[in-house]
Amino acid sequence: MLIISINIMKLTINGELKEVAKATLTVTELLKLENVTMPDMVTVQLNDEFMRPHQYPGITVSDGDTINFLYFMGGGQ
Amino acid sequence: MLKIPKDIRDEIITRARAGVPLEICGYLAGTADGKVKTHYPLTNTDASAEHFSFDPKEQFTAFKDASARGQRLIVCYHSHPVTPARPSAEDIKLAYDPTISYVIISLAAAEPVIKSFKIKAGVVTNEEIGIT
Repeated sequence: MLIISINIMKLTINGELKEVAKATLTVTELLKLENVTMPDMVTVQLNDEFMRPHQYPGITVSDGDTINFLYFMGGGQ
Repeated sequence: MLKIPKDIRDEIITRARAGVPLEICGYLAGTADGKVKTHYPLTNTDASAEHFSFDPKEQFTAFKDASARGQRLIVCYHSHPVTPARPSAEDIKLAYDPTISYVIISLAAAEPVIKSFKIKAGVVTNEEIGIT
């Protein structure tokens, strides 16, 4: 019998509970799943802690984590 | 269509006028179908007459408050003290959020002009505003 184990993480992303079928997931990968094409231009809070963009590839999220991300907002006339 | 209550529209215009010569900025929160319900004035960290940037800490404070109200951030607004209500090249270049409405309040004419735009991958689309 072949038994396949699939890890499903339950994450709260920008206020929405989502299930992600991944064994491990970095913040960079999560942002890609969320269709963020320029991760350097979003600010991320992982469980209410601000992160720096250079940290995104090296930090993995865990089941039950809360991740909020907001885009940089700026411009000029 | 973006629906903005008259009192919030008036608050934004009052704030834009008070901020002259500097640009002012903020978020509007509401429902996914474009009904604005809450105004979040934010600091223009550039403190500039030609540029604006949001303060990330203030952004998250607004986000969490809106979430607690069952709302989402649906508008990023800023003022153009002396230029028309259309996105500048810099506005378009820095418009990274494809979901949010970008509202510009122009004080260039005698009467303020407010317009809304969606900006996706550098393509600007006008969005109708209804004052409710």
